[in-house]
Amino acid sequence: MKELVVISGKGGTGKTSLVASFAALAQPAVLADCDVDAADLHLVLAPRIVQRSSFSGGRRARIVGRRCTGCGKCEELCRFDAVRPDPVERGREGRIFRVDPIACEGCGVCAWFCSTGAIDFAPALNGEWFVSETRYGPMVHAKLGIAEENSGKLVSTVRAAARRVAQERGLDLVLIDGSPGIGCPVIASVTGASLALIVTEPTLSGQHDLDRVAKLLRHFGVPGLVCVNKWELNPRIADEIEAHARQQGLRPAGRVRYDPAVTRAQIAARSVVEFEANGCAEDIRAVWNQVRQALAGQPDLAAVTPEGHAPPPAAPEAPGPSAPVLPPDEEGIPSHGS
Amino acid sequence: MRLAVASGKGGTGKTTVATNLAHVAALGGRSVVYLDCDVEEPNGAIFLKPRIEDDRPVCAPVPKVDMDKCTGCGDCGRICQFSAIVAMNRMVLTFPELCHGCAGCRLVCPSGAISEDQREIGRLQSGRAGEVHFVQGLLRIGAAMSPPVIRAVKAAAPPADLTILDCPPGTSCPVVEAMRGASYVLLVTEPTPFGLHDLKLAVETVRALDLPFGVVINRSDGGDGRTREFCERDRIRILAEIPDVRAVAEAYSRGVLASEASSTYRQGFEQLLRTLGEEVGR
Repeated sequence: MKELVVISGKGGTGKTSLVASFAALAQPAVLADCDVDAADLHLVLAPRIVQRSSFSGGRRARIVGRRCTGCGKCEELCRFDAVRPDPVERGREGRIFRVDPIACEGCGVCAWFCSTGAIDFAPALNGEWFVSETRYGPMVHAKLGIAEENSGKLVSTVRAAARRVAQERGLDLVLIDGSPGIGCPVIASVTGASLALIVTEPTLSGQHDLDRVAKLLRHFGVPGLVCVNKWELNPRIADEIEAHARQQGLRPAGRVRYDPAVTRAQIAARSVVEFEANGCAEDIRAVWNQVRQALAGQPDLAAVTPEGHAPPPAAPEAPGPSAPVLPPDEEGIPSHGS
Repeated sequence: MRLAVASGKGGTGKTTVATNLAHVAALGGRSVVYLDCDVEEPNGAIFLKPRIEDDRPVCAPVPKVDMDKCTGCGDCGRICQFSAIVAMNRMVLTFPELCHGCAGCRLVCPSGAISEDQREIGRLQSGRAGEVHFVQGLLRIGAAMSPPVIRAVKAAAPPADLTILDCPPGTSCPVVEAMRGASYVLLVTEPTPFGLHDLKLAVETVRALDLPFGVVINRSDGGDGRTREFCERDRIRILAEIPDVRAVAEAYSRGVLASEASSTYRQGFEQLLRTLGEEVGR
């Protein structure tokens, strides 16, 4: 089994449109939408949900008013500015405190040190994830709750589930739609993947962001390809991007022209290659051929264990309690305290 | 005014709106601070071209264990919710990448064996871009948690008439960290199904934070009418619509501000500033 992850650094370069087309071309593959805080792939693939699970990535503190003595220890110890005197009670004798659920980091320090046990520290519901059927094959996707934490853990959950589905159905490819940036959800979606495709645009912003995400791939030892979308906007920058990508050990996988059909396909809830035969659909098919060949050269990933946890990809945000399997630090040495 | 420029979807034009507003406001004689809070992929510098005058590390606290003092009680491992410190058989391992810096382990340690060390997780850079005071954060490659870097960017802002916070995309903790404390949020979207879906998520996020907000529709001449219908139905004010002009997109690709490339765009952003002033004043 192999995993292809599509990322970009910069947002809005066309990741999801490309993944939807790849889904049509690759079928059957398992699709995994790992852009969990702004997922869009379902808008094109119209998944029919067959299994729905709630996701808890951690705990959250809540002060039980009647047990609070107003000592203020929680406010003093909280490093996240999440504990405040309750505005309703302020000024009255016997003030109490309140935890702002959005600011709460889920560290539990307040609950541990509360002398009257007035702080509940229960698992928080951070989102939901789904196993679905689409016209191109099975899909695993998720919805992180609004303003929630732990997107990296949710990404790891989606990836592990997608690999399980692939194994159960005997499918040998998982196609991952990643999120923009280089932070925890991106790290969780690239660590241990067979291959990454970086979709960029020929602008200085695209070039700058590609550079950072390319370094991230190198940091985690994931091989990568680069595709320049809407390349005719600035052919000179497109050339530079490809030249620079080669220097960074990434292989250009082709260019995709600007085509208004991409937006029209999105409005019609179709993938671009389903929607039209020519124009940028031709380019996308050519890129897919490059990607497929590159994937063929990558070794298969290890099988998923019966318990369901894929062995390697434990993202920094996302280890289970007994799984400190860590990527090396930037210097290449895992840091351990004596 | 503390103006946060955000969007659920990436690539809708947050940085375009934020940098152009900063530029035209400064030309208009206001004191302006621009904060690039998209610390994973900051692009504001490409357009504002600041001269960086100060560059310092952003550090996060991580535990340091003195094994001579450790009694092996294991409380540090029990309090840590992030598996950043693990105690077993008189061995304590720390995983700084996972540490959220809550100090729980240090506080709970009965023998005072744990102290705090600092780990560099990014850079904080500030300088001037013409009349604009410029600050950006840069998350270190491989570091997972951007909120502490965003907090550092916000803390480095001097007072000004207009403070613009260029936010990261999404709806989770980095965006919330960037928007918190804003007096108004400008949500930049594009009139496509993806843009609309992510706009709805962004609207839920600003509503959860109880912040006043309005919408800017970028590339307004493409797509469909559903974004406008949604705003109308939900009584959300559309403050500006920005058409897609090839010459401006090409200037953007080279890092040229739209308000420099086109006087129509400059007037558009000046008008948006006035509209924002009225909105916040209400």
